[in-house]
Amino acid sequence: MALSRIEINRRTVLMTSAAIAANVINPMRAFAQETPRKGGVFNVHYGAEQRQLNPSLQASTGVYIIGGKIQEPLVDLDAAGNPVGVLAESWESTPDGKTITFRLRKGVTWHDGKPFTSEDVAFTALNMWKKILNYGSTLQLFLTAVDTPDPQTAIFRYERPMPLNLLLRALPDLGYISPKHIYETGDIRQNPVNLAPIGTGPFKFNKYERGQYIIADRNDNYWRPNAPYLDRIVWRVITDRAAAAAQLEAGSLHLSPFSGLTISDMARLGKDKRFIVSTKGNEGNARTNTLEFNFRRQELSDIRVRQAIAHAINVPFFIENFLGDFAKLGTGPIPSTSTDFYPGPNTPQYAYDKKKAIALLDEAGLKPAAGGNRLTLRLLPAPWGEDISLWATFIQQSLGEVGIQVEVVRNDGGGFLKQVYDEHAFDLATGWHQYRNDPAVSTTVWYRSGQPKGAPWTNQWGWKDEAIDKIIDDAATEVDPVKRKALYADFVTRANGELPLWMPIEQLFVTVISAKARNASNNPRWASSTWHDLWLAE
Amino acid sequence: MRILNLAGRRLAASIPTLLLILIGIFLLLQFAPGDTVDAMMAQMGGGDAATARELRQFYGLDLSIPMQLGNYLWRLVRFDLGFSSIYGKPVATVILERLPPTLLLMTASLSFAFFAGLVLGVIAARGVNKWPDTLISTLGLIFYATPSFWFGLMAIVVFSVYLQWLPAGGFEDIGAASTGLARTLDIASHLVLPTLTLGLIFLAIYLRIMRASMLEVLNLDFVRTARAKGLDETRIVVRHVLRNALLPMVTLIGLQAGTMLGGSVVVESVFSLPGLGRLAYESVVQRDLNTLLGIVFVSALLVIAVNFLVDLLYARLDPRISAGT
Repeated sequence: MALSRIEINRRTVLMTSAAIAANVINPMRAFAQETPRKGGVFNVHYGAEQRQLNPSLQASTGVYIIGGKIQEPLVDLDAAGNPVGVLAESWESTPDGKTITFRLRKGVTWHDGKPFTSEDVAFTALNMWKKILNYGSTLQLFLTAVDTPDPQTAIFRYERPMPLNLLLRALPDLGYISPKHIYETGDIRQNPVNLAPIGTGPFKFNKYERGQYIIADRNDNYWRPNAPYLDRIVWRVITDRAAAAAQLEAGSLHLSPFSGLTISDMARLGKDKRFIVSTKGNEGNARTNTLEFNFRRQELSDIRVRQAIAHAINVPFFIENFLGDFAKLGTGPIPSTSTDFYPGPNTPQYAYDKKKAIALLDEAGLKPAAGGNRLTLRLLPAPWGEDISLWATFIQQSLGEVGIQVEVVRNDGGGFLKQVYDEHAFDLATGWHQYRNDPAVSTTVWYRSGQPKGAPWTNQWGWKDEAIDKIIDDAATEVDPVKRKALYADFVTRANGELPLWMPIEQLFVTVISAKARNASNNPRWASSTWHDLWLAE
Repeated sequence: MRILNLAGRRLAASIPTLLLILIGIFLLLQFAPGDTVDAMMAQMGGGDAATARELRQFYGLDLSIPMQLGNYLWRLVRFDLGFSSIYGKPVATVILERLPPTLLLMTASLSFAFFAGLVLGVIAARGVNKWPDTLISTLGLIFYATPSFWFGLMAIVVFSVYLQWLPAGGFEDIGAASTGLARTLDIASHLVLPTLTLGLIFLAIYLRIMRASMLEVLNLDFVRTARAKGLDETRIVVRHVLRNALLPMVTLIGLQAGTMLGGSVVVESVFSLPGLGRLAYESVVQRDLNTLLGIVFVSALLVIAVNFLVDLLYARLDPRISAGT
């Protein structure tokens, strides 16, 4: 915890001193920074269109980047990564953790003029979060009722204790509110408003031209005084990464979030003064590169083989030569950006050691055959990013050196999920694990046994460990934050020791943004947040 | 009357082809692992198995493959293209929205390639083995060998990023909301680079064909006769040679209408145009079978229509062809 805080402070200090240096050279710039300018159109790169845009129904960055400007959650994160009220002003939990009360903001109206009340919160929580929202249905599994004694109070009642900290860390992503009066009749999934969202946020939905652009305009009745600054946000649909980089350079885009460009273009634009290329503002969107083992394959159920594979891959070399400044060595399922749960790097680790890898394979009885080949494995890389593809090739070459022949089988998104998480037709798989501020939201399902077949990004490895199942269950309902943190430290130690999957690289998404943007990247999930204070300098 | 007859027979002959194409694509897509619900899960970043089951039922994916195919064909008989699972709208609406950019791009590129290819081909043939021929043939080779995505990106870098003459992508200016002539000019300026990018490779082909067929016709007896009559060279080329040399060019238009639809996927992606090509790509990735089949259906109709027009043009250029039927 302390370690990460120091890191953030060091980064802030560095950035501040750079800003001071810039001001000495150009005092006019300092003056301009102090008076926010109203107006302007902000153009955003939108890489992959979604089927719907309501973040109460779908938790994904592709939805937050649009829906998060139009709708608002109960709680968001502040610059230091602590929960701060948005539609909720304050909250409290009973000592048993079974009743959590939210006091809601007064004087907030929906974009269609109707008042926002606790009825909206109760409706959204019970009908959207609990039933439809991915990750939400797990988080709210034991939510039994939401009482609404008055329009400004929503009381969440849980069957089992819900740690307040867990709920507050989850709500920035899984706590968006939708208007009850729009959704109460008809099928929620088929409501046309899903593609023309109505919210309480700083921007009002205006127009969606499929394949071209989405427009939202400033909300003149927004509850925060003097906000927003921008007149309009335009999301331009550009699927080709190289074309998006060219559009940034041509000035028709101000922002490409969530590592939307190729690694080489991001490195190139980082040297261009017109842009700021950084991982800042993505601390809440940490992701780790994974290597997943299928335990149904007998050789891989032997821990020595899994350890040998981990030791055979030179991760620091890969990061330095292929990912550059945008990644660092990972230490396990909880990334170092998690100030609340990161247990430190002293859990079991697997340094590059080819001799040890060979010794372990020998010990496991996998002797090399005539051609030096000990074992042939099928590796399925997920198609989400360039880094995964490079990583798969690197694994293939590294394992070849210790006598494990790897066949890389590439699929598109649907095909990958089907084969790995439904048909279990893989020996090794690699993709991203995205950390969502609390291990109970995003991470423990990768390790907990008994996950239903066909559920993507869950334990489909055929691995079962009673000790880890117990830690996971205890931590999910532990109300005391100190005890919870200790439980998750145990979790990481055991997960790294048993190695049902390996998370050796830690990355943050990269934001490429015009240097004219002010108040950008100022919270840990900035690209997903409301942008109410974002403005464009001349 | 004869033309109507020809049209009727042509269309009747294309129906079985169309049916075979649709069934083929339907079966081919069954070999791709995963269905639209898997693709949806990938996009959402996770979801539980019960929801997935519910969605499969909703989209009719729990039925057997022959049943799904049967349902599809039965709907098609009633001119119903079905419902798109990505867009939540009828497929016919989705396709109609995407058709104009693709048609504009195709027409512009084909016309550009055809006329520029024709002119360059004639010039090359007239100066065969001299420097204009060498220059034009080399250029043609370069255009033919350059991948269109690279050409498109370079065009953006040069004309949009450095010179700032033309927009880097999109179909029209969003902020302007112009109408009438201003809008037409705006769309035209957005289409210049994509048209060039898509057209150049076809230009190279037309130019080679035109050059070859000009050279061939120039050596025929009737040209010699015309020369012997004392006609001037320009008149010979325009009245006698060109008309005969055009036949293979016209044939190519028919053949390339289909190729161009395929090539537009790349160009539409690079220039962010909301056309059919990108829609098709998106529907494959999202396993949106209805939309994909709808696009195949409409594209097949387009190709059939173009080929039909080519046949008519043929009859006009060479009266012997229609006389023979």
